[in-house]
Amino acid sequence: MRFTENDTVKEAVNAKEGRQIVASIRDLHKSFGDRDVLKGVNLDLFESENLVILGRSGTGKSVLIKCMVGLITPDSGTINVLGKNVFELSPKELNKLRLQIGFSFQGSALYDSMTIRENLEFPLKRNLGIYDKNKLKDLAAEALEDVGLLHTMDQMPAELSGGMKKRVGIARTLILKPKIMLYDEPTSGLDPITSMEINELILSVREKYKTSSIIITHDISSAKHTSDRIVALIGGVNKVEGTFEQLKETTEPELEPFFKY
Amino acid sequence: MGTLMESAKVFFAEFMKLRSFLQQVAEIYQFVTRVIRNFFVPPYEGREILRQCFFVGNRSLFLITFTAFIAGVVFTRQSRPSLASFGAESWLPSLVSQAVVRSLGPLITGLICAGKLGSNIGAELGSMQVSEQIDAMEVSGTRPFSFLVVSRVTATTLMLPLLVVYADVVALLGSFLTVNFFNSSSFSLYFNEVATNVTYLDVFSSLVKSAFFGFAIGIVGSYAGYHSEKGTTGVGKAANTAVVVAMIMIFVIDLLSLQFINLFR
Ligand SMILES: Nc1ncnc2c1ncn2[C@@H]1O[C@H](COP(=O)(O)OP(=O)(O)O)[C@@H](O)[C@H]1O
Ligand SMILES: [Mg+2]
Repeated sequence: MRFTENDTVKEAVNAKEGRQIVASIRDLHKSFGDRDVLKGVNLDLFESENLVILGRSGTGKSVLIKCMVGLITPDSGTINVLGKNVFELSPKELNKLRLQIGFSFQGSALYDSMTIRENLEFPLKRNLGIYDKNKLKDLAAEALEDVGLLHTMDQMPAELSGGMKKRVGIARTLILKPKIMLYDEPTSGLDPITSMEINELILSVREKYKTSSIIITHDISSAKHTSDRIVALIGGVNKVEGTFEQLKETTEPELEPFFKY
Repeated sequence: MGTLMESAKVFFAEFMKLRSFLQQVAEIYQFVTRVIRNFFVPPYEGREILRQCFFVGNRSLFLITFTAFIAGVVFTRQSRPSLASFGAESWLPSLVSQAVVRSLGPLITGLICAGKLGSNIGAELGSMQVSEQIDAMEVSGTRPFSFLVVSRVTATTLMLPLLVVYADVVALLGSFLTVNFFNSSSFSLYFNEVATNVTYLDVFSSLVKSAFFGFAIGIVGSYAGYHSEKGTTGVGKAANTAVVVAMIMIFVIDLLSLQFINLFR
């Protein structure tokens, strides 16, 4: 991993505050065809923080976190998650690392041919090899209870509303007790009240599971509620960084409109 | 000078096209070898394979029954006059049985399954790809490739030969009923005639051929779905590509197997 001098200083400061880096991204580049999407992103995620990544649609926010779990291979740059260099891992090691990362997809990505319960049990069976019926049921029930949807256990995904699907998607990752959560636009397409419920859920997940989270959003009120720190992704690089209050004073032309709602 | 630039541009464009075509071929080759490797490597997807086998039968059985029966009837009715004009009507069971077992049965089943299963698999996996369900499986370490693709390819490869045998029987039944309609002959006599005229090589090669049909249908459908483009149009395109390519594959395999089997006749 290449650290600049600046990073070393920052790391030292954070070490003094007793905060550990759980994930770091260095100089990440990715283009699709002749379209440069990420042009040198640098990012650190600290232990038990909620980091919001703010940016317009199509700036490569999803691409960024998909790189973190090895779904997309970048053109250059390094990603270190929980002490492992993501792109130097064997498939087995990558699988093990992925177990510790929860990924909540923008469209929930529930398996629509399975019931909610089967959705939750799927990774338990196929990844952890748990087949005991009672144990599966208990774990599924606990995860569903955490998101307040125990009663949907035997329903199909198509029967749920958008907000409920998002919650089940989150429950499906919580069932593996992740150390890091990646939320891809958790409130997009939801009404303000449901959005607020999701924001609360994100906070309570951190409370209970002690997760460090990256929350991708262009929903400024969600950013306000969930963030400890915000990084703006503009034109394929991380441009502005700070708390919500700090960013409110920004004069960055790409970012200003977000706060002038 | 200008024309030189122009031709250089054209050449470059053609080169890129060729390159992307070759890339595609390489990708398909990788896909096929990955499936074959996964056939033999545990863990096996027993339950999912059974479930997919059931779907394969369930989705195609009605169409196969209907089409095979009619094909048997039509083929018999159309062959009868020509045979009769030689006074060779008694050869009818022999002719029909060879035609059905060697060619009609596998071809009908292959084409119906290419249409029905190819589009089904393409659309299913395509919509899973587009809605990021496959990504979700990938990041939870649940080996979506063997769960989704290998199980489907295994199911089509195993089921096609069974469906072909079934189609053969239905087509021959249609043929028998047609013969019976004109001058009643006995069921056992007819099928005796059929049995003596169909060789083991006929049956065996038809089964192997249909297993290849099934493999091709599964691979083509899965590949189209697994690599479907983003957006809802991607799903439709995946299903459509799957059907067209699978049908072409059926004819190509049919032709190749004919050449191959003739070596043994
Ligand atoms: N698999 C892919 N193939 C080609 N282009 C892609 C792919 N994934 C993302 N892109 C492109 O990268 C850009 C950023 O996408 P994305 O990360 O989804 O944006 P967002 O910030 O809205 O999440 C988009 O222009 C998109 O078209
Ligand atoms: Mg996105």
